[in-house]
Amino acid sequence: MKDKIFDYVEKDNVIYNLSGLSKLICFICMTSAVMYSYDIRFVVCVMIISLGFFKLAEIKFSQIKMMLIYVVIFLGMNFALTFLFNPTYGTEIYGTTHELFRFNSHFIVTAEQMVYQITKTSKYASVVPLGMIFLLTTNPSEFASSLNRVGISYKGTYAVSLTLRYFPDTARDYNDIALAQQSRGLDLSKKEKLGTRIKNIINICVPLIFGTLDRIEMITNAMDLRGFGKHKKRTWYVAKPLKKNDYIAIAFSVAILVAALVLGMAVNGSRFWNPFV
Amino acid sequence: MEKKPVIQFENFGFQYFSQAAPTLYDINLTIYEGEKVLIVGPSGSGKSTIGNCLNGLIPFAYKGEITGSLKIDGVETKTSNIFELSQKVGTVLQDTDGQFIGLTVGEDIAFALENDCTEVEQMRETVQKVADIVDMGQLLKSSPFELSGGQKQRVSFAGVMVNDAKILLFDEPLANLDPATGKTAIDLIDKVWRETNRTVVIIEHRLEDVLYRDVDRIVVVSQGRIVADMSPDELMAANILPGLGIREPLYVTAMKYAGIEVTPEMKAGRMDTLDVEKIKDVLIKWNTEQTKKKEKEERPVILEAEHLSFRYNKNRRILKDVSFTIREGEMVSIVGTNGAGKSTLAKVICGFAPEEEGDIKFKGKSLKGQTIKERASYISYVMQNPNQMICKPMIYDEVALGLRLNGVPEKEVEERVDKALKICGLNKFKKWPVSALSFGQKKRVTIASMLVMNPQILILDEPTAGQDYHHYTEIMEFLKSLNDQGVTIVMITHDMHLMLEYTPHAIVIHGGEKIGDATAVEILTNEEIATKASLKITSLYELAIKAGIENPTGFVQNFIDYERGHHHA
Repeated sequence: MKDKIFDYVEKDNVIYNLSGLSKLICFICMTSAVMYSYDIRFVVCVMIISLGFFKLAEIKFSQIKMMLIYVVIFLGMNFALTFLFNPTYGTEIYGTTHELFRFNSHFIVTAEQMVYQITKTSKYASVVPLGMIFLLTTNPSEFASSLNRVGISYKGTYAVSLTLRYFPDTARDYNDIALAQQSRGLDLSKKEKLGTRIKNIINICVPLIFGTLDRIEMITNAMDLRGFGKHKKRTWYVAKPLKKNDYIAIAFSVAILVAALVLGMAVNGSRFWNPFV
Repeated sequence: MEKKPVIQFENFGFQYFSQAAPTLYDINLTIYEGEKVLIVGPSGSGKSTIGNCLNGLIPFAYKGEITGSLKIDGVETKTSNIFELSQKVGTVLQDTDGQFIGLTVGEDIAFALENDCTEVEQMRETVQKVADIVDMGQLLKSSPFELSGGQKQRVSFAGVMVNDAKILLFDEPLANLDPATGKTAIDLIDKVWRETNRTVVIIEHRLEDVLYRDVDRIVVVSQGRIVADMSPDELMAANILPGLGIREPLYVTAMKYAGIEVTPEMKAGRMDTLDVEKIKDVLIKWNTEQTKKKEKEERPVILEAEHLSFRYNKNRRILKDVSFTIREGEMVSIVGTNGAGKSTLAKVICGFAPEEEGDIKFKGKSLKGQTIKERASYISYVMQNPNQMICKPMIYDEVALGLRLNGVPEKEVEERVDKALKICGLNKFKKWPVSALSFGQKKRVTIASMLVMNPQILILDEPTAGQDYHHYTEIMEFLKSLNDQGVTIVMITHDMHLMLEYTPHAIVIHGGEKIGDATAVEILTNEEIATKASLKITSLYELAIKAGIENPTGFVQNFIDYERGHHHA
């Protein structure tokens, strides 16, 4: 069903039980570390760690199937395009040329280019699972509360969590309206030409949008009546106090970030690790 | 002890900036601490506006001009603000879904506390305490999708009770609930009122249902003015409701049909307190005078369901072996609790959801394998909310949409649209935009846009939900006239009045199974079925029992026949 995509499923394990705040900090630290470093040894380490977290979080394959397909397509395209636009970028970075084979005089495949591109792809590949873990294991309200706790205005973050709250309702409305309109002869199946189909979908969206606007007015009233926006700050019912595990997780991710910086500045002397010298 | 006023309207008036004339005129009303007051009035009378003035949505969310004065707990509202007012007046809105803000029960109850920066520990404690009062303590982690309408409303109750507001305001608390759940809601309001000593204001047009429990006063609003402010017993005797388009309790109507003059001494405000001793004989006499109507001849079967089953997935079976027959020209109601499977049944008939086992036959021909579009040429489905169906800005285009999509030539389109608009009483609006119409008129537009397709069966989901007596009668009389022209009408509803008055045939679904299939009168006087299906025994039946009438079911039938004969003929 459509409305299952963003469903948050409550589970009881190490990752789920972490506070949203510490998960957000971990996510930011580890992502920055990976984004900073072009040392493939380091990036692969982080990738293995993040896959380990994935395992710990007990996320089901079916939950991420669609996302995974998009990611793989994106990474594949990125890999090909990077090569097409600048096949010698690796050589520029590492300063050497170890030719593997060539398509023609312009598209020469070098070991440098491959190292560079594989590093880059692994960077993305290690960030994506981290993002998925954060999104799938954090209760949407806690997500809003943790954004608020790192300093973002709670009115903005609440909008995010309300969207998540009402998404399934809207999806259900869409289904109902679509069925009712189909009974009037509105064809949404592949039998119809694309242009007509799009027009028909717009016909469904009109009542959907008006319905949503009505709903927004009502929610705004309901929130006003219960004092939303009274103070500059608010507390969160779902906020979990930080526990031992949270401190360990934060310390761990900060250590990774520090390691990335040390590796880059002191050991490698640049963001890149050069295996060719 | 001197009673302390908590709500004081003095020569109060209000006009929305967006409207040409004031909505409220010259309101003078004082409500004292600890009172329970019911405000009734037809749609558009200004009763909801009064509610919005109390909770501060007026003038802080809906702008307009205020004249006179309104003091809540001694504070003039004009110079206050919505947050201060929300501390004094807790509001439960009518839409149980729309006001569910949190992702879980606990979060939603805690919402007001969060905004007050309450510490987490203390918040959890308060939430648990309040949730226990409304019997939701075990479900703090449930999401709104797992709850029934009644449960969501309990959560809303709890959500306003957390911050100790002195006044609790209920805006049409019964609007989305089935009769039995509505009864529980009224009980719960009563419990909260008695146990916490708060002032309770209820805005509702379903008078009989609210009067199931004690109310101190009833304030009647009509056309922006207060036209009555008295005790329920006095109001029943005053005979002002029928002229205002508000339905009085059915047992009171029955007494009047029997020629009884209702007096305050009869204590007719509540069924429980009604003194029948003196009127008993008159009722019995009236009952024996009624003649039985002739049985109608049997018409051919138009729709037949045979052992229908349906499930969304392995674990949730929605329909189990449902069979029934509907005859040509019938008006049928399908009733049952929310989630009983009645909407699913309609969806299966229309082909929106495929039947798993069993068969549906239209005039003896199986509908198996027919698409939504094919079925739509003889069975039309009208959704509950017309705003969800209308997708064109102009009335004419909206009604013509189905024909145009099916490639009907434009000349014929116009003929058929004209005819449908005429049947629906909308011909003078032919060139109007949809946005100029009222809710009831929009409903007619959606029905017209179905009628152009010449269906033989019209299935309507809750055709009168949220309508006051006047609009309810308007919609139902219109459907009755369609029915007289030969269209078979099937309604999914939990409105008991609708069942009783308009549908001689009722099918009851419970837990996916058919548990009743008889006349509406028989269903609503059968305690076992009514309880299971979350319906209520009609007060007419209770009146008959109280008066010692031998055949109470017959009395209810006589009432319905008498009413049809005298009012709608």
